Amino acid sequence: MRELEYPFDSEDLYTRKKALKRKLLEQLDEKSCLHKKIAILGGSTTRDIKLMLELFLLNYGIKPEFYESEFNQYYQDAMFPNPELEAFAPDIIYLHTTYRNIADFPALSDSPETVQELLDKEYQKYVKMWERLFRVYHCVIIQNNFEYPYYRLLGNKDASDMHGKVNYVTRLNCRFYDYAQSTENFYINDINYLSAQYGLDKWSDPFYWHSYKYALCVPAIPELAFSVAKIIKSLYGRNKKAFVLDLDNTLWGGIVGDDGVENLVLGHETSAGQVYCAFQEYLKEYKALGILLNIDSKNDYVNAVAGLNHPAGVLKPEDFIQIQANWEPKDRNLLQIAKELNLMPDSMVFVDDNPAEREIVREQIPGVAVPELERPEEYAKIIDRSGFFEVTNLSEDDRKRTAMYQENAKRAQEEAAFENYEDYLKALNMKAEIKPFTPVYMARIAQLTNKSNQFNLTTKRYTQPEIEETAANPDYLTFYGKLEDKFGDNGVISVVIGQKKEKALHIDLWIMSCRVLKRDMEYAMMDTVAETCKKQGITEIYGYYYPTAKNGMVKEFYALQGFEKIKEDEQGNTEWHLSLADGYEAKNHVIAVENDL
Amino acid sequence: MTREEVYENLNEVFQNVFDDDSITVHDETTAADIEDWDSFEHINLVIAVEKKFGIKFTVGEANEMKNVGEMVDIILERMPA
Repeated sequence: MRELEYPFDSEDLYTRKKALKRKLLEQLDEKSCLHKKIAILGGSTTRDIKLMLELFLLNYGIKPEFYESEFNQYYQDAMFPNPELEAFAPDIIYLHTTYRNIADFPALSDSPETVQELLDKEYQKYVKMWERLFRVYHCVIIQNNFEYPYYRLLGNKDASDMHGKVNYVTRLNCRFYDYAQSTENFYINDINYLSAQYGLDKWSDPFYWHSYKYALCVPAIPELAFSVAKIIKSLYGRNKKAFVLDLDNTLWGGIVGDDGVENLVLGHETSAGQVYCAFQEYLKEYKALGILLNIDSKNDYVNAVAGLNHPAGVLKPEDFIQIQANWEPKDRNLLQIAKELNLMPDSMVFVDDNPAEREIVREQIPGVAVPELERPEEYAKIIDRSGFFEVTNLSEDDRKRTAMYQENAKRAQEEAAFENYEDYLKALNMKAEIKPFTPVYMARIAQLTNKSNQFNLTTKRYTQPEIEETAANPDYLTFYGKLEDKFGDNGVISVVIGQKKEKALHIDLWIMSCRVLKRDMEYAMMDTVAETCKKQGITEIYGYYYPTAKNGMVKEFYALQGFEKIKEDEQGNTEWHLSLADGYEAKNHVIAVENDL
Repeated sequence: MTREEVYENLNEVFQNVFDDDSITVHDETTAADIEDWDSFEHINLVIAVEKKFGIKFTVGEANEMKNVGEMVDIILERMPA
């Protein structure tokens, strides 16, 4: 919804929040939306934070249910038995504490040791809460850091002197970050940055504290809620995955086809040229996060590539996975890029200076992100604040993603050289590792369960703690599949979870990354699943397919695996059965599999 | 702006905040007359009114207005002429 995209009009959101909520609920696709339980434990008033968070989450396709602590009861709720919260069983606990909740600050006369003790004591209070919350609720924790105080008794020295409140808050924040670095499922909501960005004077306007015990000004609440919502949607795989970029007047000033490469506004000689260099530098940084860069430009291909080879350009042709430069409509090119990358069109961010092109893409492709751009020097800011790629867990996979897609391009060339597809697959020298879930891969497995939409039979989502519990539960069989070939390592790309019931295995989850489609990996997975079942005396396997807007490609998955359809309802949900009683014939002949059998 | 014009604008604010197009307010209207007008919605109302008229209430005013009439008095007093 446009109203909830950055930059939003906070006051307008406030005034119309009821109508907006109604509209969002009408638009929400009950089938594909996620239901999540969120407990807000606050050290100040949280009521409107909850309402705004609800709007932003609904906009991300997440339908929240809330538990809200009584005013300033965060500590009690965290530290003591709470049957209501236990029954609620939150997926996420958001601890909304602020500067207002810091009990003691150093006195000017305190010795360094006393200040240190005070800091330890305050920090330990939080650690005890987090540890108890993890132990009791096995959920994700989102914790505010602290904003700066709104006055500075020592003036500038407040920052550098250990007795200063600014100094104290800074050091406390650093302790929080150390904890976050070493703890999974724990995320900092950076209100220190948010308040700076918003303007600390406005953010901490005492009017709202004295009137309503809000620790931030009410008009800033949408910013806060948006920030928390970005963390949550990232955790549940609602991040965008790729950029689709225009060229002329987006990556450089001018029109390469008309003006010629030598006349483009790009380079450090002019102010305007610097602006485009800076934007290219900003985009290039995304490669390290695994965000794929692509071009969608109305240009002759040769001109586009010539422009990208501009000597002052930061982005070069090889930085892009797909370069669609032609005279086709941009929405059609975007769909083509999505198809080539095996990504959903709605996981793209379309960046174009031309409002008419933006409007066409927005109209034609539901769910695609189309940031409103005005001045070139602000492109990066708008994209940045929009949080399309909010990082919660950065896996090895993310860092290598661009390389992996480039390897895919090489595979495609190799494929063209073979007449027989199986010969091609054999020539790839594929090696797979298919084993029960193991600690090093838990983060990646959880990430896959939340990101896979297309090759996903049941679209069941798991948090990392749930993945860990399932792995430890003897009633379940779990498998991850890792695939490499002569061009490179694809990492963990498939996950299967089955529940054992007497002599049967019920497959709760079967997903695979579209990166390895048509490599027979799904057969290699099934072979290992079947062999494991046989070894454990399980003779029947049941598979389930629940259709969504996105998983049409696996409708007949179990049929291809030799299962028999035994049930189908009006919604298209199907149930499948395979008996191992009369043996099982391995289906994979092209991948060398290493497993624990 | 006349008192009547303030009311025209104010009705619009109330209708938006309480998501109810049938609301019209007058001098004697109080929180008791509008179903959803609790202390929380009061905050939103204050912010929306401040934005609409380009004014600011003090902590005391925002929390001690007895009825809509008092709110309108403050608006008229503070609005740029």
